[in-house]
Amino acid sequence: MRRNLILGGILSSLVLLAALISFVWTPYDHAAMNIPDKLQIPNAQHWFGTDHFGRDMFSMIMVGARTSLAVALLAVGIGMGLGVPLGLAAAARKGSWLDELIMRGNDLVFAFPSLIIAILITAVFGAGAGNAIIAIGIFNIPVFARITRGGALSLWEREFIMAARVAGKSSTRISYEHILPNVANLLIVQGTIQFSLGILAEAGLSYVGLGAQPPTPSWGRMLADAQTMVSFAPHLALIPGFAIILTVLGLNLMGDGLRDWLDPRLRVRRA
Amino acid sequence: MLRYSLKRLLSLLISLAVASLVIFLVIEVAPGDPASYMLGMNAQPDTVAALRAELGLDVSKTDRYLAWVTGMLQGDFGTSYTYRTPVSQMIAVRLWVSLPLALYALTLSTLIAFPAGIYAAARRGQAGDVAVMGATQLGVAIPNFWFAMMLVLIFAINLRWFGAGGFAGWEDGLLTGLHSLTLPAIALALPQAAILARVMRSALLDILGEDFMRTARAKGLTRRQTLWRHGLRNALIPVLTIIGLQFSFLLAGAIIIEQVFYLPGLGRLVFQAISSRDLIVVESVVMLLVFAVITVNFLVDLAYAAVDPRLRSRT
Repeated sequence: MRRNLILGGILSSLVLLAALISFVWTPYDHAAMNIPDKLQIPNAQHWFGTDHFGRDMFSMIMVGARTSLAVALLAVGIGMGLGVPLGLAAAARKGSWLDELIMRGNDLVFAFPSLIIAILITAVFGAGAGNAIIAIGIFNIPVFARITRGGALSLWEREFIMAARVAGKSSTRISYEHILPNVANLLIVQGTIQFSLGILAEAGLSYVGLGAQPPTPSWGRMLADAQTMVSFAPHLALIPGFAIILTVLGLNLMGDGLRDWLDPRLRVRRA
Repeated sequence: MLRYSLKRLLSLLISLAVASLVIFLVIEVAPGDPASYMLGMNAQPDTVAALRAELGLDVSKTDRYLAWVTGMLQGDFGTSYTYRTPVSQMIAVRLWVSLPLALYALTLSTLIAFPAGIYAAARRGQAGDVAVMGATQLGVAIPNFWFAMMLVLIFAINLRWFGAGGFAGWEDGLLTGLHSLTLPAIALALPQAAILARVMRSALLDILGEDFMRTARAKGLTRRQTLWRHGLRNALIPVLTIIGLQFSFLLAGAIIIEQVFYLPGLGRLVFQAISSRDLIVVESVVMLLVFAVITVNFLVDLAYAAVDPRLRSRT
């Protein structure tokens, strides 16, 4: 399924490119209000039209991509940064109290309805991109811990790990030098999936006003602003919606494609 | 089986205890004192102190935690700071919106996902399969609140088949109530249906590779007959697990959809309570939802173990 990988890669790179370019160039100032030009439908001057303050939607979408990607990426970073070492440690001492504690702790985080807790965290500690990252990131930790542990457990039985142990390496060193590189594929695939889930979660949180705060543009808040105007200016809701869908779709396709590409066994099974 | 059930029950109880502690602590560190918030900026210190005592905020945190937990165990969720009504009463009213909504969405999602998944599995690799899988990719990528807005735009604003929001209540009959929950339920069901269809398809495909399926074919059944008679029944086990998990997700996940449609459900209750610093309501509703999720997961695990004995030995 190379098709998935290519299509997903193209979609994701487009969004990434838009986010990066927005640092140096946007067609208009994304925050500049221009009331006489308000609520224009997409046209030659404003490719995605303008919102109720006359702000250029294309520029807002570009800067919004920055917010979405940054929040989701950092949330994946939290998940990997904490989840992977936990998973490695649990696998290295399989069956020990540490393993048990880590896995039960993970079960607990899994059992919480993530959205509610994310809302609770952002509501209690204040709405904002930072708290949104933490709220989404916390729920990535068990995902990565579990997948790392699962992958690592089967590796610990292999001969090359035995050889490393005989050579006198500590289990920590083995974990990082031999186990981690071998579970990297799994982590990359899962990372892509969590990244796309993070984009959706960020959009949801900003939609209810708990994500990035004004004046930082975010796709979720653009949708919230559009809600009361959707009957006479549907493009206000359509365009940020499409941006979210294409980004998530691109990342999901890329995740599927990467999985098939990195794991040749699946190619046979899935065909 | 008994040993497994007891072990799972113990971990359920531990999960609930830890969950209640975490929720309590998170709420406790929330900035802002409910009493001074309720009385406004110009309140006298002694008035605030009196109200704090009345609300039970003046005792130690440990005492308050214990009082909260023991109260909940007896069905007493405390009294709302802002509405001055028992929280359990408020929850009961809201549950009549959130619970039917979750059930409605679950029904829709199952009704969409089963045929789609079976169809795709039966036509593996063909155009129909590719189309269904493409649709599910799209289904998972669409944020449900955006989909909800589109439903409102098309079916409420343009076609005027449904109201754009609000809940008609159950007093005017079941159909009126269901009618006003239809768009929210569709919006909630879509991503779930996409996931469920994929699970259904892959579960069926796994089964199709089994030896007993080959035997069934060898015995002279057609592909379609083996799929319906033997494949579907076996594929149901993983599918039912996912349905169980989805129910708890739907109950909790309705929060944002309730915002879109202005539905007076648990989700909106939480939001209103958060904005008015009605901490006891927030605590209790979140705890209730966590309880629902943990309990449903527990029941699903048990049901799964009852059907598939291999699972009992694994923890």
